[in-house]
Amino acid sequence: MFEYDFMRSAFVAAGLAAVVSGMVGYFLVLRGQTFAGHALGHIGFAGATGAVLVGLAPVWGLVGFTLAAGIGMGVLGERISGRDVAVGAVLALALGFGLLFLHYYTAFATEATALLFGNVLAVAPGTIAALAVLSAVTLASLAAIMRPLIFASLQPELAEAKGVPLRFVSTAFLAVVALAVSESAQIVGVLLVFSLTVGPPATAQRLVTGLWSGLILAAALAVAEAWIGIGAAYYTDWPVSFCISVLSAAGYLVALIVGSGMPRSSRHTIDRATEGRPLQP
Amino acid sequence: MNVIEFDHVTIRLGGRGVLVDASFAIAQGEFIGVLGPNGAGKTTLMRAIVGLVRPSGGAIHVFDRAPRRGDPVIGYVPQLRTVMPDLRVRGFDFIASSVRGERWGIPVLSNLDRKAIEGKLADAGARELAERPLSDMSGGERQRLLLAQALLGEPRLLLLDEPLISLDYRYQEEIIDLVRRFARERNITVLFSAHELNQLIGALDRVLYLGNGQAALGTVGEVVTGPVLSRLYGARIDVVRADGHIFVLSRGRDVERCDHLHDHAHDHHHHHV
Repeated sequence: MFEYDFMRSAFVAAGLAAVVSGMVGYFLVLRGQTFAGHALGHIGFAGATGAVLVGLAPVWGLVGFTLAAGIGMGVLGERISGRDVAVGAVLALALGFGLLFLHYYTAFATEATALLFGNVLAVAPGTIAALAVLSAVTLASLAAIMRPLIFASLQPELAEAKGVPLRFVSTAFLAVVALAVSESAQIVGVLLVFSLTVGPPATAQRLVTGLWSGLILAAALAVAEAWIGIGAAYYTDWPVSFCISVLSAAGYLVALIVGSGMPRSSRHTIDRATEGRPLQP
Repeated sequence: MNVIEFDHVTIRLGGRGVLVDASFAIAQGEFIGVLGPNGAGKTTLMRAIVGLVRPSGGAIHVFDRAPRRGDPVIGYVPQLRTVMPDLRVRGFDFIASSVRGERWGIPVLSNLDRKAIEGKLADAGARELAERPLSDMSGGERQRLLLAQALLGEPRLLLLDEPLISLDYRYQEEIIDLVRRFARERNITVLFSAHELNQLIGALDRVLYLGNGQAALGTVGEVVTGPVLSRLYGARIDVVRADGHIFVLSRGRDVERCDHLHDHAHDHHHHHV
């Protein structure tokens, strides 16, 4: 299958998107913000259709809208990004706008399908260069905020006391997520963004408990799932996105079963008073 | 030398005076039990000492300086509000996140950092927690981990916000003993906030009782009395001493115990005094 240009492009593009999605997704899962990440994908869909309507390339609408929404969520802070209801409402609104834009630009319907469900086999060589730049920018930004991001994610109160600007870190992180989501959406599609940003990191966190090992495993799993998915699609003629999403879900399921089968280390000391109950006063 | 000085300090949160014109001073090496009804400002007091809350009047001095965020001489253990029961990160990496965690870039640990973390874990009797994910730890084990972390920068002042909350008695005793041992060995000043006075009596040097915008600092005998507590609670309080225990009663009900139960049933942000 590697004799075809489009297959080689597909593997390169999917590999780039998978590394970024796996790493950014790791922090998304760590912070419990996967729903916000999902919403950013839908907002990106509205952005892409809106961009086409005003005569721009959809990718600009995708990147621009998700970035603006990510920064917006970060600035509004806990009030929005942590609240399921608010995120859900914004998500539905974004999809509604996407539909409205489609309504006025019906010729876009096939491209809309590609955006929603992804079309990695149709990635143009020019897009790969753009994707590589976007990946580099995303990972560099993530590396720049990584230390305070980890601290703020694990221990927000202490991080604040030690001088971490919580609001800025969370806004910068959501901007990074927006970039990663835009990238991932071009490969697996907006609706399947979860496949690469949530599945592999969640699987990795079930399997290993180290931060670095988890981060690297998340990226490796994402790449493996993306590549195996493309290979499977090539031989079965099933849609690529379907194959990747099945692999992502299957990976998590296996990790859950393997994880629960392992002895829960040495839980010899359990204070009954707190067992099964949150420590919240 | 005084470690903490409050000089006519007023702190307002949302228009309410949490502290009004409060003055007191705490010396090096003292073990202070911070007590008071819910919403009396125990957490706010600690947040003011680490520089997260600015007083609207008066001056706070910590080691003769104005409080500033990130002061390495302070070891702070905030109340475990969000426990993240699913956090599948091992204890070592959890602690390591606090090492220079406020700096930008990729986190790297030197061998010295690793040794320091391992050393403090051993001191807190928490060595086996290094490899275990937080999701598998009990409340007492998490507190041990946080104590080890707080000791990392060799602090001279330790602020512990309700470390005993929702631990059962055996683990409460363990945590108190651990903190007292650390404090004695290293001459660390400790502010230890709690709901119940009785367990702390053996460990503390003085109590800082907060309530009604006021603060009373002194020995248990000086502060835990009917007149002083009635002033702080804004209601008639009787103090009954029996068998080495002290019961703080309001109309015959044990105030501390009621507060404690109340605290479990409700959210962290209590607004009544």
